[in-house]
Amino acid sequence: MKTDDLNSIILTLVTFAPLAGGLLLMLLPRRDRDIRIFALVISLLTFVLSLHLPVYFHRSHPGFQYEIDRQWVSTPNIHYHMGVDGISLWLVVLTTFLTPLCVLISWNSIHERVKEFFILLLILETALIGVFTSLDLFLFYFFWEATLIPMALLIGIFGHERKVYAAVKFFMYTMIGSVFMLAAILWLYAHTGSFDFVVIRDQIASGGVPSFPAAAQWLFLGFFLAFAVKVPLFPFHTWLPDAHVEAPTAGSVLLAGVLLKMGTYGLLRFNLGLFPEQARRNASWIMTLALIGIIYGALVAMVQPNMKKLIAYSSVSHLGFVVLGIFSFTQAGLNGAIFVMLAHGISTGGLFMLAGILHERRHTYEISEFGGLASRMPVYAASYLVIVLASAGLPLLNGFIGEFLVLSGAFQDKAVYGILGATGIIWSAVYLLWMYQRVFYGKVTHPVNNSLRDLSGFEKWAVWPCAAAALVMGVAPIMWLGAIDPAVRAALAPFAQVVGKVVGQ
Amino acid sequence: MNPNLNPNLNLWVIPILPLAGAAINGFLGKKASRAGVTAVALFFSGAAFAWALLVAARFSSLSLPYHEFFAHWIRITGFSADFAFYLDQLSLVMLLVVTGVGFLIHVYSVGYMWDDPSYYRFFSYLNLFMFFMLTLVLAGNYLQMFIGWEGVGLASYLLIGFWFTKDSAASAGKKAFIVNRIGDFGFLIALFLLIKHFGSLNFDQVFGAVVPLPVETADAGLLTAIGILLMVGACGKSAQIPLYVWLPDAMEGPTPVSALIHAATMVTAGVYMVSRSHVIFERAPFALTVVAIIGTLTAFFAATIGIAQTDIKKVLAYSTISQLGYMFMACGVGAFSAGIFHLMTHAFFKGLLFLGAGSVIHAVGGEQDMRKMGGLKSFIPVTFGTMLIATLAIAGVPPLAGFWSKDEILWKAYQVSPVYWGIGVVTAFITSFYMFRLLFMTFFGDYRGAKVDAHGHSSHGHDAHGRGEPHESPMVMLVPLMILALLSLVGGFVGWGNHFENFLAPVFGTAEAVDSASHSTELLLMGVSVAVALFGWWLAYLLYCKRPELPQKIADSLGSLYQTVVHKYYIDELYAAVFVKPLIDGSMRILWQDVDRKIIDAAVNDAGDGAKHVSDEVRHMQSGNIRSYAGWISAGAGVVIALMIWMWTKAR
Repeated sequence: MKTDDLNSIILTLVTFAPLAGGLLLMLLPRRDRDIRIFALVISLLTFVLSLHLPVYFHRSHPGFQYEIDRQWVSTPNIHYHMGVDGISLWLVVLTTFLTPLCVLISWNSIHERVKEFFILLLILETALIGVFTSLDLFLFYFFWEATLIPMALLIGIFGHERKVYAAVKFFMYTMIGSVFMLAAILWLYAHTGSFDFVVIRDQIASGGVPSFPAAAQWLFLGFFLAFAVKVPLFPFHTWLPDAHVEAPTAGSVLLAGVLLKMGTYGLLRFNLGLFPEQARRNASWIMTLALIGIIYGALVAMVQPNMKKLIAYSSVSHLGFVVLGIFSFTQAGLNGAIFVMLAHGISTGGLFMLAGILHERRHTYEISEFGGLASRMPVYAASYLVIVLASAGLPLLNGFIGEFLVLSGAFQDKAVYGILGATGIIWSAVYLLWMYQRVFYGKVTHPVNNSLRDLSGFEKWAVWPCAAAALVMGVAPIMWLGAIDPAVRAALAPFAQVVGKVVGQ
Repeated sequence: MNPNLNPNLNLWVIPILPLAGAAINGFLGKKASRAGVTAVALFFSGAAFAWALLVAARFSSLSLPYHEFFAHWIRITGFSADFAFYLDQLSLVMLLVVTGVGFLIHVYSVGYMWDDPSYYRFFSYLNLFMFFMLTLVLAGNYLQMFIGWEGVGLASYLLIGFWFTKDSAASAGKKAFIVNRIGDFGFLIALFLLIKHFGSLNFDQVFGAVVPLPVETADAGLLTAIGILLMVGACGKSAQIPLYVWLPDAMEGPTPVSALIHAATMVTAGVYMVSRSHVIFERAPFALTVVAIIGTLTAFFAATIGIAQTDIKKVLAYSTISQLGYMFMACGVGAFSAGIFHLMTHAFFKGLLFLGAGSVIHAVGGEQDMRKMGGLKSFIPVTFGTMLIATLAIAGVPPLAGFWSKDEILWKAYQVSPVYWGIGVVTAFITSFYMFRLLFMTFFGDYRGAKVDAHGHSSHGHDAHGRGEPHESPMVMLVPLMILALLSLVGGFVGWGNHFENFLAPVFGTAEAVDSASHSTELLLMGVSVAVALFGWWLAYLLYCKRPELPQKIADSLGSLYQTVVHKYYIDELYAAVFVKPLIDGSMRILWQDVDRKIIDAAVNDAGDGAKHVSDEVRHMQSGNIRSYAGWISAGAGVVIALMIWMWTKAR
């Protein structure tokens, strides 16, 4: 009884708790320590609240759960419709998991405008969660654009040397991409009279949308462009390295950890969900771009002299796996794609925190400025190694599960996709272990590195949960896959018919 | 044959024990005493060995293969892979070799690593290796095998780079991991093929589905493809052509690591994996031929490099590559049990050779160059005695262990093609020669090294323990040497009367009866291989004891040929020039600087400049003033409201 009541409002609570915290924070006096503690409490509370979702989730049930659907505006017909399935469920939890860690990692590194920083961080969290919980396209678009403002401000105010350039580039690039999605959403509204994802999906599937066949390809591309920029899919990726290098650590963590997943989530939810036939038709060139991203991203990552750029390009490579899995239209491919999203959020989030820890000590990300750190910072080095191995896809850590499933799915689709994608396991070992060697092994070559401190208490609490999560997800992926698999099966159901249509031509 | 009749052996305990040891020493070892670290490391590796012995004791009462489900791992619609264990005669042999030799090397390491400041870290890694290796040999499906497969690669990476302040050690560790990943790539593709066509990676299901399939006659069937891809994986892990290049560099690791990982156990994983998949290979004759050719060539090629090396560990490294080649030769001619037999005896004598080399290095204060040794037999007699036994064993002198297993392989190879046999015999001669060369250079003649001071002249972090004159190692190191020497002496007798082959027959099938005519051929061939072994011994004696000035003269007269061999045929240089450098340069210049910056990003920025005044406006947003943000947010809200009004009017 009580759980039922909670079930209908839990998504609202989880989504808006950070925003409420952020608003309260505005009222607090500028005592930095109190502000930090308050932000930590709010983000932890949100995390605990969000754990309700997986705990009470009906795993065998493929549809949306914890749904709430209220008329918000009658004309135009906008609903406050929220719900999660086995796919979005974990992206919500990923967001609430990473945010407290972001607070911790910013504890000592943000000294100025502390209040604004944490307000923006909490607003960002609400926007990110909202993207994953919205089932109304208008609501979705609102949250989607709402992520841009706090993120651009985090980069533009709290970033490094070229912060304004990076912030503007990030803002403009992803915003322009989104305009095409907005157009597509408005077209759909004009022809269906609804913003509701479920209503539109069913109407399209039953063929009840006038002039849809003529417009479908354009609609597909409209959504696709917005998502491809966000992923980012090759060749839309050049905003990412700039944004990361300039962003403060917490910004990078949420950017790589969650914000990029908005793109892949969108592809999965909307491009596959609404336009299965077009998804099928366009799959081959999209998968080609994904494969280019995997290999190109890794090779460019390999030669980066800047640690943060290296991690940024490695994200291009990893997100290529996600897109490859999604457009393989196989059970393994989609399960793997979703798992890579989560695993990448944890391991790349962790890598950015670790890079930030070095930057705080040395104010540089240049790999050549380091070397021999393993003997000076052994705990840091060991933590870094665990995350690096997770990112390189070592079995029993989280990266392996997703990549294995994605590649196996891609291989089932077409052997050459799996084979080219699988070269990624070689490249990732190359760029990660080479970077690790240059930073940690050998003798200390810069005397200033002799006095570097090992991890502080706050830093341990920020980094170790990532390492632990990487291990647990690698050993017991079943805890996640149990909910993901039925949702994937449901997502793939329309494709059984589509295959006949597309292949028949 | 109902598996339910089997008692529960709790095989899962065997890998978990060393994992617990690794975790305890890894997390707590830094603050613990050396004695505490030692107790943990030895207890957990010893307990795994004891458990394995208990399993062996109950083995005859089991109905095989024995299955044990432990936990779900990956489960999705249409595919699952669990943590599950699989025990048959083959995995029992591997289990005993890994835990037994592994435990002995743990004991030895206590003495060898005692003075190292990172003593706890060493044992944590060593235990971690045991965990992954046992996961590999006990796995019930290919994916769990892959956990162990990559995991031992990780342990190897960590242990090769154990003295990571040395750049060469760190690079060697990285090289090992990356070259292994190239092999793993092939392994993974093989797994994808298995999933695609058999829907499973469980040994039972895969082999059950493969058995009814016909032998592929063409050279391009499904099983042929799977077999060749598995062999690519094996080439990486077991250091075969063309992926062997990481193993010689791996000698940067502490010597017990070379003994355990890079001689006795991990590098044999490829042989184990191919043997485990014999059902597939037996139906893919072309894949088998590939295995045989790679093995034979590697055996010969690596042996020739071994002739000219002067670093004692490098000689042993090339020797290991060569001996692994013999094992693949055996697999390739379908004599899987002979390959496993050699795997076992090799674990004894090559483990012993490395431990002995470690004892030598320990004695002379960290020196590894044999030209600076000599005459050590009077200083370190126990080490000498045990190494003599190991040398006789690897050279194939009867009745030591290596003789039986190598001869078994050569005999089986002869039955398939005399060419394999011929190259194998030549290799046996070279093996005998370079091994006795090592023995003579190290132990005979006069001591050519400097008198070593305390901690010698070697750099920090190397095997430096010298205290005055060359000295014998402590008992904790000598006892493992003696046990392995005993095994190298008598371990081959399990092959007497085909006992070993018959033991493995339930896995690999029974050997065909050999008629008496070919029995005399077998004896003749045996005579030939003993003769070449003795000839190699004699030649080494001539060159390195009787006429020590001769080798230099021969080297001089051979000129560039000799230089090519000394430089290992310049293969490393070739790979660097053909693969590594173009890849890095191409990525740097073409992909990053040209494509990424000058084409893609420039296009983006040009488009951005077109709208420059727009971005100038946007830039004013970053005032850092909350009130101005509020303004922007209201402006955004205004746009949204305007939009809604527009749509409202349209909906009308």
